[in-house]
Amino acid sequence: MKKEYTITVYTENQIGLLNRIAIIFSRRKINIESLNTSPSESEGIHRFTILINETEEVVRKLCRQIEKQVEVLKAYYNTEDEIVWQELAMYKVSTDAIAEKVKVERLLREYGARAVVIRKDYTVFETSGHREETDRLIKVLEPHGLIEFVRSARVAIIKSSNGFHEKLKQFEQLEPGEEVIENEYLSKQAEVFSM
Amino acid sequence: MDTVITAPNKTATSTPKPTVSISGSQAVLDALLAENATTIFGYPGGAIMPIYDALYDYTNQIKHILVRHEQGAIHAAQGYARSSGKTGVVFATSGPGATNLVTGLADAMIDSTPLVCITGQVFAHLLGTDAFQEVDVINITTPVTKWNYQITDATEIPHVLAKAFFIAGTGRPGPVLIDITKNAQLQKFEYSGYEKCNHIRSYRPKPIIRKSYIEEAAKVINEAKKPFVIFGQGVILGKAEQELKAFIEKGNFPAAWTVLGLSALPTEHPLNMGMLGMHGNYGPNVLTNECDVLIAVGMRFDDRVTGRLDKYAKQAKVIHLDIDPAEIDKNVQTTVPVWGDCKETLPMLTQLIQPNNHTAWINRFREYAQQEYDVVIQNELNPTSPIMTMGEVIKTLNELTNGDAIVVTDVGQHQMVACRYAKFNQSKSNITSGGAGTMGFGLPAAIGAKFGAPNRTVVAIIGDGGFQMTLQELGTIMQFNVDVKILILNNEFLGMVRQWQQLFHDKRYSFVDITSPNFVQLAKAYHIEGNSIKDRSQLKNALQTMLNHKGSYLLEVMVGKENNVFPMVPQGCSVAEIRLQ
Ligand SMILES: Cc1ncc(C[n+]2csc(CCOP(=O)(O)OP(=O)(O)O)c2C)c(N)n1
Repeated sequence: MKKEYTITVYTENQIGLLNRIAIIFSRRKINIESLNTSPSESEGIHRFTILINETEEVVRKLCRQIEKQVEVLKAYYNTEDEIVWQELAMYKVSTDAIAEKVKVERLLREYGARAVVIRKDYTVFETSGHREETDRLIKVLEPHGLIEFVRSARVAIIKSSNGFHEKLKQFEQLEPGEEVIENEYLSKQAEVFSM
Repeated sequence: MDTVITAPNKTATSTPKPTVSISGSQAVLDALLAENATTIFGYPGGAIMPIYDALYDYTNQIKHILVRHEQGAIHAAQGYARSSGKTGVVFATSGPGATNLVTGLADAMIDSTPLVCITGQVFAHLLGTDAFQEVDVINITTPVTKWNYQITDATEIPHVLAKAFFIAGTGRPGPVLIDITKNAQLQKFEYSGYEKCNHIRSYRPKPIIRKSYIEEAAKVINEAKKPFVIFGQGVILGKAEQELKAFIEKGNFPAAWTVLGLSALPTEHPLNMGMLGMHGNYGPNVLTNECDVLIAVGMRFDDRVTGRLDKYAKQAKVIHLDIDPAEIDKNVQTTVPVWGDCKETLPMLTQLIQPNNHTAWINRFREYAQQEYDVVIQNELNPTSPIMTMGEVIKTLNELTNGDAIVVTDVGQHQMVACRYAKFNQSKSNITSGGAGTMGFGLPAAIGAKFGAPNRTVVAIIGDGGFQMTLQELGTIMQFNVDVKILILNNEFLGMVRQWQQLFHDKRYSFVDITSPNFVQLAKAYHIEGNSIKDRSQLKNALQTMLNHKGSYLLEVMVGKENNVFPMVPQGCSVAEIRLQ
């Protein structure tokens, strides 16, 4: 069954790596719903957050292919319930519309939107949250003249993760400890071996 | 300048390292010397001229083979790597020079061949300006390289090349491309010597071996009534031929090979049951769907091996030994994954398995082999018609070489026939384009194979079609006196495609009727001796003359125009549906 999976990849900060990772998806004709790259908690290590809709089997294989790339340290995949995630959205609306209509201001407050820029002609609001929330705000603003809208890629924190500092230390050793080469067989050993 | 610039003693790191001022180009050549990569296949051009200029001073330490086309260079480097077990090195210029490497990169990528390709690039300040012969080589080659990198500053050269050799040759090997801008080649910098790379934190060439998997695998194997070992090139790349032999001998496991695993186990070994896959042997294919434990060693379940996947070995527990974790479960669901280098994992398994004989099970293979012999092999090797078959040519060649030659093949019917019937006593003896099926591979790969194993006889078996794809490399053979024996099996067709058209397209022979030049005269133009024969009575003598000839030789053998390679697993069928005719 296809589901939304969030893939988190820890990598070296290297030119061309984005392409190397992107073609793993495009080669298999898999659409990337959103992609974000940023620094991570560990210095010099980049973090990709990739959102796709696929079956777990496909996602697992994709992660193996991603991890196989020389400059990739680790790739994880998680379902919705295993992560805390947010997307940032920005809305440009006419300042007149807000000034004139109390309703609009109330709406924005209701959605936790924050004004980033206020000019005579337009105002830019931002809000962050899940897709449905940011989408709903578009709907309610549309009748009042939404001039421009943009939404960022998903960023996600893995609930069970202890961060990458310890792992990185292990990667830096010539002979890494066992846990950096984890795989799903370890957690499902009993299940796998009883087949 | 003729000296090796050696790395200063590593222990003396407390004092600043002594440096010398050298150019980026010199650093490239010094790296090659340090890596003992002293045979290069290449072709010069504008953007790599500084490296070629530096090479001029290194010619008594580095052997550069000037090919006739960059595709020839990379296939030659592949042949070199496959016959020697070392990393092949290629030089090419920017733009078209670099793009001519792409087919070979793709081939080396899928066949896990270690290569370091060095391409020249336009000056860094011209990148992105559509400069003369500027091509975005890095992005073009990203899908077909294990790693690639563009150098724009000479100071990067030593450590990037060290990384390149480390990545190409370790783990699951593969091609690496390093693109060096012309300014970096020319730039002088303070060089403190070359240090080999043995660790990259984001790169794990070998997965950790887990004892629990080994134990579990041994348990499954010990319980097996009908175990079957299938092995691939991983055994050769891991130099684990002896370990494989010890493993199958202890458990008395019948074993079969993929096209790239061929020669890892001697042909005559009693447990060698033959070839897997589309044109493989009858027993190994049918019994894949009967075994109870399938032990796959260093192979990747290519579709040419598995046929229809949803009907592949469904009854069996699958144990998969591979160094590349991405291969586990990629195509076939594994019961027990044995991650690791099979050089290490096979002995661990061997220790835990019980000796066994499996006589009845092994006899099943022999029964199928007999059926295959009666229906297919007998006629192929001892035809009654006056027209020669490819199989009998290979059989006669076996008799004369006694299985000691390196056989390099091109792609098509002759390739499958050679793999099926050629005899091998030692490893690294079968060199062919497996995963990519690159026509034109054979001739240049044979040149490289000879440089990689100068003391062995190298026979290139090539079709009339494939030979015409890279025959320009006859020039390389001429210029460098490369002793390769070229055996053209001429069926006056693009045989393999014709076979498919006959079997699956109602014999509509659409553009497979290919004409050829007079190959013997062509060879003569390159000062290469040759002969062409049509009659069986001439075969043995002609082959003997070819093998005895000092230096390169071309022998064309006219074979049946519309012979087919059987058995065959038709596309979309299961391996058990293999057809004998
Ligand atoms: C570069 C390339 N182009 C096309 C093909 C498709 N192809 C596979 S086998 C074959 C026919 C080869 O004919 P020939 O070289 O005469 O060998 P034969 O099959 O007759 O032994 C062709 C065209 C290929 N494998 N590689």
